[in-house]
Amino acid sequence: MALLTYLEAIRQGIWEEMERDPSVFVMGEDIGVYGGAFKVTAGMLEKFGEDRVIDTPISESAIVGAAIGAALMGMRPVVEMQFMDFIACGFNQIVNMAAKMHYRWGPAVPMVIRGPSGAGVHGGPYHSQSNEMWFVHTPGLKVVAPATAYDAKGLIKAAIRDDNPVIFFEHKFLYRRIKEDVPEQDYVVPIGKAVVRRPGTDIAVITYGAMVWTALDAARKLEEEGLSLEVVDLRSLLPYDEETVLASVHKCGKVILLHEDTRTGGMAGELAALIGEKGFEDLDGPIVRLTAPDTPVPFAPPLEEYFLPNAQTVAEAARRLASY
Amino acid sequence: MKSTTLAKKSNPITKPDAAMLKRMLYYLKLTRESEWRIENVLYRQGKIVGGVYVGRGQEAIGVGAALAMRPGDVTFPCHRDFSVFVIRGFSLADIFANWLGRADAPNRGRDNTIHIGDMKHGIIPIISPLGATLPVACGVGLVLRQQGNGNVALTHFGEGTTSLGDVHEAMNFAAVMKLPVIFICNNNQYAYSTPVEKQFAVKSLALRGPAYGMPGESVDGTDVLAVYDAVERASVRARAGKGPSFLECVTMRMAGHSAHDAAEYVPERLKQAWAKKDPIKRLEEFLLAKKILTKQQIEEIDQGVRGEIEVAIADAEARPLPQGEEEVEGVYCGPDCWWRKPPSLVRGPLPVVPRLPTGAVSEVKLATDNPPRTKDD
Repeated sequence: MALLTYLEAIRQGIWEEMERDPSVFVMGEDIGVYGGAFKVTAGMLEKFGEDRVIDTPISESAIVGAAIGAALMGMRPVVEMQFMDFIACGFNQIVNMAAKMHYRWGPAVPMVIRGPSGAGVHGGPYHSQSNEMWFVHTPGLKVVAPATAYDAKGLIKAAIRDDNPVIFFEHKFLYRRIKEDVPEQDYVVPIGKAVVRRPGTDIAVITYGAMVWTALDAARKLEEEGLSLEVVDLRSLLPYDEETVLASVHKCGKVILLHEDTRTGGMAGELAALIGEKGFEDLDGPIVRLTAPDTPVPFAPPLEEYFLPNAQTVAEAARRLASY
Repeated sequence: MKSTTLAKKSNPITKPDAAMLKRMLYYLKLTRESEWRIENVLYRQGKIVGGVYVGRGQEAIGVGAALAMRPGDVTFPCHRDFSVFVIRGFSLADIFANWLGRADAPNRGRDNTIHIGDMKHGIIPIISPLGATLPVACGVGLVLRQQGNGNVALTHFGEGTTSLGDVHEAMNFAAVMKLPVIFICNNNQYAYSTPVEKQFAVKSLALRGPAYGMPGESVDGTDVLAVYDAVERASVRARAGKGPSFLECVTMRMAGHSAHDAAEYVPERLKQAWAKKDPIKRLEEFLLAKKILTKQQIEEIDQGVRGEIEVAIADAEARPLPQGEEEVEGVYCGPDCWWRKPPSLVRGPLPVVPRLPTGAVSEVKLATDNPPRTKDD
């Protein structure tokens, strides 16, 4: 075991896969000599050389497209989007080329597109988005969003070994803010499996990414008031773990769906529909969505603070729901 | 149709032998006739549904380029490059079966026309938002270069596609990394209905090559020998690790954008001028003049091609359609991959596609207060 930050855990996961499998390589903007805007790939160029750590021009579409081509040739590319906001520039390659390729003619397309997403660091509208749902609505992709260092390492390894395109949403707020003992031996966290982070009995809070920590904060506060929250960390958004979600709803009877992505068309809406269809009999209160409002992510601290759900707003929503 | 000032003057390095010249003619004819059956027989009969795109008039580009390829090369034919699929190893029957949406066609009914690919044949298919294959070709080129076997990636696209961002990104990416990629642009004068003067403002697209740091050359796209030679020269350069090339093959789309399009926007004089440059007629005349083939032998090729196509279409038509419920299979690749299993087959007649009866639209009364249109409208 070694104490690693979330960011170091991602780096270690990629590093180990590159050591294990010569077909794994990394590619992106400023990732080689500079080691990446956030230093996720620091040290890789020295260790693995220019053929496996490739600095590219600023061309998200070419980066994603080239990853697809390399994947078809039997490689396992891991490409970085400097910020997940910029993934929009490679959108056609992801949703029309990579996602549909296996369904159209059968080849494996093993590739990972990873990068920092999420708000809370005053990045403004183009360095803060949680744009995971652009991809969750695209059959053929897998979408993951780890909340812990252990999961970040285990999921990046699972993503690299997967034969499908995986979009890996790292949360930049967590990069250096959380540290955890992470095993040095090989392990993977399976894609498509959620985990109960904190068992509880009164209200299930289903969330992912940095909001897992917000939910845990709220749960600690409410425990003193005698209200027990169960916190479910989805970890994977496509495919997502219906079973764990429904089991938690069954157990608690009340549910808050929490994310820092905006409201309309968000993951919470999808989960609400699932619970409405398959967990209706278990509900003792309305399904509550707690999300960012339907706006871009603002820059100035008071605006960004208002935009993001926090432990306080989770606690308030839980108290209201508990009164049903 | 002339080299631009920046394009290198054509200096042929290839001398195709008689056998290669005959293959060229055979594939040109096979392509023309196959596409004719698709557009004017199978589609008109209602057996092929959906869009139909053919490359009449520009067959020399696919034939010239694909015949210049070597084993291990990878190509990205466009939707008007039928010949590439046959030359690289797809059977005619499989190709027709794909047009017909059959269960054991290459795409098993999931995608139509010649959006077909197989890494075994070194073919990666286009997607309908064209231009997206160019960045993918860069990734293929990256791996080919690392493998060090002197292989190249060829990517075909039209002049309309050059207006897309992906073309810029890919040409720059390939040039910066000195990738073995050959960019083959078929400039067929029209992107759907948009003529070249509304598509780009440069005198020749070949200028785009040097703009990215690679050679750019414009060749007569109706001359299969010129295309073959230009691709061969670009390949020599790419195989030697000297990087990508851009090739503009100037030609004319002697058909509509798709089967429903009569291309009335193309001036008649233009159609007539290009008809004189028909790639098949040009090669036939060359072969007759050089006494490589006689009229009799050319007629034999025609007969052979027609016979081969008859057999292939009969084979394709006899194949079963996919079962509806299999629609949900094969979205993800995994250990229990659906694509590795034989397709489950259902035999029966083609389903009837419900259509509005003729005249139905005019009988529909729309709730509108708009006054009737006058002659001046």
